[in-house]
Amino acid sequence: MNIDILFGVIQIILIATTPLVFAAIGELVTEKTGVLNLGVEGMMLVGAVSAFVTLVITGSYILAFLVSILSGILMSGLFAYLVLILMSNQVATGLALTIFGIGLSSMIGKKYIGTPITGLNPYFFVILSFIIVFFVSYFFYKTKLGLIFRAVGESHDSSHALGYSVIKIRLLGILFGGSMCALAGSYMSICYAPMWQENMTAGRGWIALALVVFATWKPGRILIGAYIFGGVSILQMNLQAWGLNFPGQFFNMAPYLATMIVLIIISSNRIRIKLSAPASLTIPFFKGR
Amino acid sequence: MINILPEFKARGNPSTLMNFLVPIIAVILTIFTGSVIFVLMGFKPTFALYTFFISPISNSYGISELLVKATPLALIAVGLAFCFKNNLYNIGAEGQLTMGAVFGGGIGIFFHDTSGVWVLPLMIVGGAIGGALWGMIPAILKVKFNTNEILTSLMLVYIALLILDYLVVGPWKDPYGYSFPKTRSFSESGRMPLLFQGLRVHFGIIIALAAVFASWFIFSKTMLGYQLKVTGFSPTASKYAGFNQNNLIYIAFIFSGAFAGIAGLGEVSGPIGLLYRDISPNYGFTAIIVAFLGRLNPIGIIFASLVIALTYLGAEDAQLFMQIPAAVGFVFQGLVLFFLLGTELLVNYKISFRSKL
Repeated sequence: MNIDILFGVIQIILIATTPLVFAAIGELVTEKTGVLNLGVEGMMLVGAVSAFVTLVITGSYILAFLVSILSGILMSGLFAYLVLILMSNQVATGLALTIFGIGLSSMIGKKYIGTPITGLNPYFFVILSFIIVFFVSYFFYKTKLGLIFRAVGESHDSSHALGYSVIKIRLLGILFGGSMCALAGSYMSICYAPMWQENMTAGRGWIALALVVFATWKPGRILIGAYIFGGVSILQMNLQAWGLNFPGQFFNMAPYLATMIVLIIISSNRIRIKLSAPASLTIPFFKGR
Repeated sequence: MINILPEFKARGNPSTLMNFLVPIIAVILTIFTGSVIFVLMGFKPTFALYTFFISPISNSYGISELLVKATPLALIAVGLAFCFKNNLYNIGAEGQLTMGAVFGGGIGIFFHDTSGVWVLPLMIVGGAIGGALWGMIPAILKVKFNTNEILTSLMLVYIALLILDYLVVGPWKDPYGYSFPKTRSFSESGRMPLLFQGLRVHFGIIIALAAVFASWFIFSKTMLGYQLKVTGFSPTASKYAGFNQNNLIYIAFIFSGAFAGIAGLGEVSGPIGLLYRDISPNYGFTAIIVAFLGRLNPIGIIFASLVIALTYLGAEDAQLFMQIPAAVGFVFQGLVLFFLLGTELLVNYKISFRSKL
């Protein structure tokens, strides 16, 4: 393989992996505060469609990303109201958010399927994704507020007793997660694709959730996991393109199979999972008596 | 000013009345929110609500279509109740449905030129086995490797859909079907008998009702039902009582997978008659909402399946008469679940609205 092809493959992997990094780092922050949001796929889709439609209507890339992030904040804000204030079941509420997001995004985007746009250069976002991972890692392990975030995820009762507002910190964690998922979606519809298709995220939201487990809730490891997945996905596309005599559907299974295999390897160490997962994950916080 | 931050007092015992009322409140709130959305889109709310909820079921054909859609939803949802009661979040019913259709439908394709009363029962058994095998994968992985069943069952949906896609464009493609991605049609013996001349409602509804009744019996009259219930309420108590946790996981996923598999077979041997790519309009995912809306109670699930089936029909009519994309159905389904989850705390808490923060 000559050096140009190798360089090309690395470029493609960087571009394809970036949305996974955004969504996974957002979800990681949410889970660190003790909340599991399964709405990643739905928030990514709504983020993708709102950015795309805004771009088509206004022609402004900046506005497109702003509206998209706002959509992520609204979607995750809805989730936050249900799980934090009304103490609903986090798993079911996250699923509802995804089903709602799939419906809402197809409804909004129906008229815009196939509308051509000029894609944006993705490298700014590739670099941004690394910066955000670095920032999140620094925040959790080098700042006092980061320590409080982690404490809320480990034991909300102790944090509450120490005088920290569990609800406010979880709200911030959920909203950050929502914005990152929307950013991942808008990157897909404006830089990566660039177009709008129903269900265009094709399960990346769920893979992002698996990445958080893979990373054992440590920000830096999100990058390692995401780039393994990105590599596998691009590799299967290349193998397919080189015309190996094997049905394409089996290559397309690669990212999903890889996710399962990775989950098996990581989760089978029960003690490590128990030590790494935030102890209050999915447990609602009730202040009253 | 309306204060959105409520204050809660825990009830001594869960309220039975609220347990019954919560789904009804959720449906009413959804209809109300739906009307607001329709008004914002510039439709008269009466016209929109009539188009969405009344006109689809205003004749016998409409009622039959409602039952055709409610059949797989109720069957899958009652299977999911086995998992959800035990806090096992199997969200891969769509994949189990697909593998049921592949296994059962495969038998139908193999016997496409054979007739006999045994063909359909064999296909149904095949569907149940296909779904149960696919459902067993996340269960085994959870028991042996501690993997999260939410993620593995969901990944298996994508894999199942790709297997179906491979089969219908590859080895099982109809040799006389030009290049359409579909298989041969099943023989008449491989089709679900129709219940009424000229209507699509088929024998699958009898199977679904039998499954609902059997589940009700298991949940309320057997030791297995009791074990599932205890484990759901308190895993610690269940362990202390000596219930075999791993067996409960396997049993829940086998029921769940088998019911979803039969639902998939019911679709391909009922309204469709062959295999192709889009055998299910997300029934496997929508059934999650049906299960919750029915409050994991088999009788409740029957009513919930009818309500949610109506959102499919309403969305089709809304697309025809109001030019609203059919995806509006999923928006309604998401809203129902939001309202249900949001009001669920009324079962365990009394509520009052705070005057200040």
